[in-house]
Amino acid sequence: MKRKELRWSLSLLLLLTGLAAASALSLGTGEVPVRMGDLPRILADRECPEYGILAYIRIPRTLLGLATGGSLGLAGAILQGIYRNPLVEPYTLGISGGASLGVTFAITTGLHLVNILFLPLAGFAGAFATIFLVYALSLGRGGVSVNRMLLIGVMISFISSSLMMFFMSVTSAENIHGIVFWIMGSLNESNGAMIAAMIVLSLTGLGAAYLFATPLNALRLGEERAAHLGFDTNGVIRILFIITSLLTGACIAVAGVIGFVGLVIPHITRLWTGSDYRILLAASFLSGSIFLILCDVAARCVISPNELPVGVITGVAGGVTFILLLSEVRRKELQSKKL
Amino acid sequence: MNGFLDIQDLSCGYGDGFRVQGISLLLGKGSFAGIIGPNGSGKTTLFRGISGSLPLRSGRVLLEGNDMAQLSRRERAQRVAIVPQFPEAAELSVEEYVLMGRLPYRRRFRFFDGKEDVEIAHHYMQLTDTYRLRHKSVRELSGGERQMADIACALAQQPRLLLLDEPTAHLDISHRMRFMNLIRRLNGDLKLSVMMIVHDLSLAAEYCDFLLMMKGGRAFCQGTPGEVVTYEHVERVYDAVVIVKTNPVSGRPVVFPVSEEWLGGTLP
Repeated sequence: MKRKELRWSLSLLLLLTGLAAASALSLGTGEVPVRMGDLPRILADRECPEYGILAYIRIPRTLLGLATGGSLGLAGAILQGIYRNPLVEPYTLGISGGASLGVTFAITTGLHLVNILFLPLAGFAGAFATIFLVYALSLGRGGVSVNRMLLIGVMISFISSSLMMFFMSVTSAENIHGIVFWIMGSLNESNGAMIAAMIVLSLTGLGAAYLFATPLNALRLGEERAAHLGFDTNGVIRILFIITSLLTGACIAVAGVIGFVGLVIPHITRLWTGSDYRILLAASFLSGSIFLILCDVAARCVISPNELPVGVITGVAGGVTFILLLSEVRRKELQSKKL
Repeated sequence: MNGFLDIQDLSCGYGDGFRVQGISLLLGKGSFAGIIGPNGSGKTTLFRGISGSLPLRSGRVLLEGNDMAQLSRRERAQRVAIVPQFPEAAELSVEEYVLMGRLPYRRRFRFFDGKEDVEIAHHYMQLTDTYRLRHKSVRELSGGERQMADIACALAQQPRLLLLDEPTAHLDISHRMRFMNLIRRLNGDLKLSVMMIVHDLSLAAEYCDFLLMMKGGRAFCQGTPGEVVTYEHVERVYDAVVIVKTNPVSGRPVVFPVSEEWLGGTLP
């Protein structure tokens, strides 16, 4: 088994290098370009004009990308493990729908004018209400039915988007602009405490998920066989579901709806690390961070000096990569069959 | 009486619907018991009750004197292994798959597979002739190879009791006999007790030394193959016309189906 450990260490090393490179790129790119070599000098000198740009804009932004990208990648990997369905991601379960509805409600009723913090709070509350509803509605005899949960999640997404349209049809144009802007997602968050909280939460989530790496591995054989291997499958699924909900709810609250990272990243990661959760969890986290940081760089560059919503970039880049990879896998399968 | 496996008046089921009732059974160590009966007669449900994945309504399952209901999940998994009828094929190599059988022995938060676990997994892979396939994906295996990998995974659990849910259903006769011979060897060499759901009555009668025939969730009859597999029993339980003869080599019963077109009047 030494070979496996070596392979895993190399993968992690590669991903950490990639993360460092993506972060450096993110710090250096923008209206005022900063050369990589100058980074240490600027950061050491508070008087330097670029110091403010780095310390108050680009570093928080990169850290937020790291934390939210990692959390979404991790949450997707866990959910795909619980459901053994590659199409599941935090958003298929209705979590984003609920969060968006919460924010729409807050903006329409003017709650965000009372205190700007009500906006992320409303998103978080919406996400949690949805999760609670999905879980309670799919409880049946002998625990939660996974397929039922998925269907209810999709239905709740539909209901929340309809309600959202209702709110948007009765509110002012100015409010609609605010809602749309929030839904599209952005890493532009100036509140340092929220960024710090997000980082702590994402790393705690990663650590907590690792406590369940072995049961997740057993779940690859199906719930019943995992139970026969001595695991309390219902309990494990419940705890993992809470962890992923917390992670997703927090991401949406801080950065808005950034779709596709949770779906595509674990999938792509699995293609090259294999399905063992002992490596998949960390690799999905790091890949998610890299992907989101790079997408954010692209969002800032494409129509500079304006910026695109990062959700647009993750959707397009993620979707295209995914289709290309799938056809590549298919081509290889066909080749190996011919041989 | 104190046997290896002592099932006393077991009842279990789902909700208000179907249930298995009043099953009592006593098996010795190293025995090979076949569970036979028509589709929907409660064979798989009985297995769920024995393995503890379905709580019992009444009765007890004693394994080597321990009440299964009193044991923890892990302790049960160290004693009873079950190969389901349609195991899901995960995207794993055969070696990773068989190593999963060691999970009930892994200390709670231990991260890597121990050297001993790998050796045990390799041992059972060699025994089932799957070692040569160890780097292949489980999904690429043929039906027969897959069956052997499932058994290797269950054996890596080092159970005292192995429950097999219709493992031979989609195997050809050569793989079927190879499989049954392997189970026979495990009975003898490892003193492993095996219970197996079988649909092929002749196969069950030839290899098993004890049979339980089920009908409608209850035990219809049990005993040696000679006692259980008679044409009266088969016709009553399966509602099918058959003839039962004796295998001239083993002396065990063999069941022949009789086609409708011969039943014009010559047979009762």
